[in-house]
Amino acid sequence: MYYRTLLTIALTVGFMTAPCARAAVQVFACEPEWAALATEIGGDRVEAVSATNALQDPHFIQARPSLIAGIRRADLLICSGSGLEAGWLPLLLRKGNNPEIQPGKPGHLMASQSVKRLEIPAVLDRAQGDLHAEGNPHIQTDPRNLGIVARVIAERLQQIDAANASSYQQGLAAFEARWNEAVAGWQQQAAPLRGQRIVVHHRSWAYLINWLGLVEVATLESKPGVPPSAAHLGKLLDQLEASPAALIIRTPYQDAKPSQWLSSKTGIPHRALPFTVGGSPEATDLYQLFDSTIRTLLDGIRQ
Amino acid sequence: MIRIHFSLRTLLPLLTALLAIQTVHADDDLAAIRGELDALKAHYEARIQSLEQRLASAEQQLVDAQEASAVTPPEPDYAGSTSSYSAAGNAAAAGNAYNPAMGVILNGALRLYEEDPDDYIIPGVPLGGEAGPGDEGLSIGESEFVFTANIDDWFYGRVTAAVEQEDGGFEIGLEEAFLDTLAMPANTTLRFGRFYSSVGYLNDKHPHAWSFANQALPYSAFMGGQYGDDGIQFRWLAPTDFFLELGAEVFRGSNYPAAGDADDGLGTRSVFAQVGGDIGFSHSWSAGISWMEAEARDRSSGDEDDPLHFDGSTEFYIADFIWKWAPNGNIRDRNLVFQTEYLWRNEDGDYLLPGSDRLQSITTDTAGWYAQLVYQWRPRWRVGARLDGLNLEDPGASFLDTPLDPMGDDPLRYTLMFDYSNSEYSRIRVQFERDESGLENNNLFTLQYIMSLGAHGAHAF
Repeated sequence: MYYRTLLTIALTVGFMTAPCARAAVQVFACEPEWAALATEIGGDRVEAVSATNALQDPHFIQARPSLIAGIRRADLLICSGSGLEAGWLPLLLRKGNNPEIQPGKPGHLMASQSVKRLEIPAVLDRAQGDLHAEGNPHIQTDPRNLGIVARVIAERLQQIDAANASSYQQGLAAFEARWNEAVAGWQQQAAPLRGQRIVVHHRSWAYLINWLGLVEVATLESKPGVPPSAAHLGKLLDQLEASPAALIIRTPYQDAKPSQWLSSKTGIPHRALPFTVGGSPEATDLYQLFDSTIRTLLDGIRQ
Repeated sequence: MIRIHFSLRTLLPLLTALLAIQTVHADDDLAAIRGELDALKAHYEARIQSLEQRLASAEQQLVDAQEASAVTPPEPDYAGSTSSYSAAGNAAAAGNAYNPAMGVILNGALRLYEEDPDDYIIPGVPLGGEAGPGDEGLSIGESEFVFTANIDDWFYGRVTAAVEQEDGGFEIGLEEAFLDTLAMPANTTLRFGRFYSSVGYLNDKHPHAWSFANQALPYSAFMGGQYGDDGIQFRWLAPTDFFLELGAEVFRGSNYPAAGDADDGLGTRSVFAQVGGDIGFSHSWSAGISWMEAEARDRSSGDEDDPLHFDGSTEFYIADFIWKWAPNGNIRDRNLVFQTEYLWRNEDGDYLLPGSDRLQSITTDTAGWYAQLVYQWRPRWRVGARLDGLNLEDPGASFLDTPLDPMGDDPLRYTLMFDYSNSEYSRIRVQFERDESGLENNNLFTLQYIMSLGAHGAHAF
C-alpha cells in the first residue's frame, strides 16, 4: 500500500516534470513577424506563438503571468532585441525557469543582432528620450532584413531539432526563392516612392525609409518615446507649411489623433501602415504585409 | 576650368606653328599659307568643339549618377552576413563592458501631519521592523543603489543597498543581495542570499514600485513593512498552459516578525502558490495564496526605548488578487489596476510587557486587508484610491491597558493619490490620507518624488 502510494507520487511528479513529447519545436516570438517567419521556414514542424499582437506597442508590455507560462515551454525565443523588449523580456527570462532560451544558447535569438542596424546613437542621454543604445530595433520594416534573419532562424532550428535539419534547409530554400522574387517586385512597385518626403509618428520606419529611398522630414514625437505634444505639433505645422511633405505615417498601435490633427491643418494625407503581420486586415502573412504596406504608401502619396 | 585648360593646350601648337611659318617661309605664297592656316584652324576648332561636347555630356552623366545614388539604397547584402550573429554596432567588449547594470533610486518627500508622527501607535499592534510613518517635513528618505548582472550561464545576481540618515549619521543597509539560478532542470529555480520573501503580493515590492507613498496597513502592522531575511527559496513552474507557480522558502529568522535566529538559524518557513492568466487581450489577472511561520526569540516591538519582548511563533495566511485592464494590452495609453490582499495572523507565545518581569502567554487572531484601484487615464497621469484596515482581537483581561489592547478599535485608513511620470524614470506624486488607525485620527499630506538614475530593471506584474 505504502509502496503503491510512493509509486503513484513518483509517476505523477515524473509525468508532470518530464518534457512533454511534442512533435513541434515551440517558438516563442516577442513580435508577430518573427512567429510568422519561423512558420514560413519550419512549416508544421514549428508551433509559433507571439507575445504581442500588431495592435500592441512592443516597447510597453507587462511581464504578465501568461507570458511567463509561454516562455517556460519555448525551445526557441525570437525577439527583435536591441532594447525593444527591455521593459519585460529580462523579467520573462528570469521568471520562466527555462535554461534553453537564456542568452548564449541556440534557443536565444535576437533578430536585430544579425543585420546592419541604423541610428546607433553616438551619445546616450535619457534627456534625449528613449534611445536604443544598440540602434533602431524595428528592423522588420525592410524585407531584406527578414531574408537575413530567415537564414539565422533556419540555422537555429537545425541546431535545436537536428533530426529534421534537412527539412529546415528545404524550408529556407523555398522561402528565399519566393521571398527574393517578392522583394524585387515590391522594389519595382515602390519606385514612385523614391525621394518622397514623409512625416513619421515615432522612428519606427528607419529601415523602410532606407529601403525605399523615402526621406523622413519630421517625427510627431519631439523625442523618441515622448508622446506628441501640442507645442511640438505647432512647430511641425510651421515647418511643414514652409516645406511640405507627401505623407504622415504611423503604426496601428500609435495614437491616430496627432497625425489626424496635423493632416487636417496641413492637408498632408495620413496613413497607418501595418508595421507587422496582423497590422491591417490585409496583412495576414509576411507577403501580404509588404503588399499592403506599399499599396498604402502609394495610395497615400497619390491622394 | 577644364574647358579653358583644353583650349590653351590646343591653341599652343597652333601659335608655335604660326611663328615657325612666319620666320621660315616669309616670302612664300601668302595665299597658300592662309589656306593651310584656315585648314588648321578649322581642324582645331572642330576638335575643340567635339571635346567640349564630350566634356559637357560627361559632366551631365556625373550629376545624374550622383542624384540617382542619393535615393538608391545599397543593394541587399545577402552574401557575407550568413553566419555572423554579431554584426554592426557590437564594439569589442572592453574591460568595463561586463560591469553589472547599475541604478540609483532617489525617493524623497515632503510630509505634513496633523498629529505628531513620533507619537504614532496602533493600539493592540506594537509595531516592529521598519514600520511607522515617514519623517515629518522635508526628507530624502532612503536612496537605493541597485546592481544586477548575469554572473555566468548558471547564476544571476542582484544587490540592493539602501543609504539612510539615522541619528545624525548615514547608515548603509544591505536590503537584498541574492543569486538566482538560470539553468536548473524541470522548470525549477533556486534563489539564495538575502531577499524579501515572495509571500503575498506587496512583500517583495520595493518602495519605488508602490502605487502609494507608503506601505499598505497590514504589511506595516504585521510584517514590519516587508519581511526580508537571509534565506533560500525554491520555485517551480508547473508544465501547464496557464501560469502556475509553487514555491517554498526557509529564512534565518532574524528580522521582524521573526527574531533571534530560532531553530538553529532556520526560524522562518513559507510556502506559496500563484496562478494567473489573460482574458482576451485587455484583461490579465493573478491570484496567490501563501503561508508563513516565523519563530521569534526575544523579539522587540513597540516603543523603541521601552519595548515589548515576545517569544513564540507568528503564523500567516495571505491571499492576494490582482486584476489589470489595458485597452488591447497597451499599458502606456490607459490602464486600470485593482489590487487587494488579505493577511490573517496568529500569534502564539509569551509577551514580556514594558515595566513587568512576568511572561504572559497570548494567542490572538488578527487580520489586515487593503484594496486599491489605480487608474492611468492618459499617458503619464495616474489617480489612485486605497482603503486599508485591520481587524483586531482582544487578547484578554490580562492585557488591559497594555500596547496589546486594541481598545475596541478597528483601524482604518483612506488614501487618495495623484501622480505624474514625465518618463518611465521619473515620478512626482501627491497623496492625501485620512488615518484612523492610531490613537488620534490624523490627516496627512505627502508630496513625493521617485527618480531612477541609470539602469532600471523591468517591474514584475
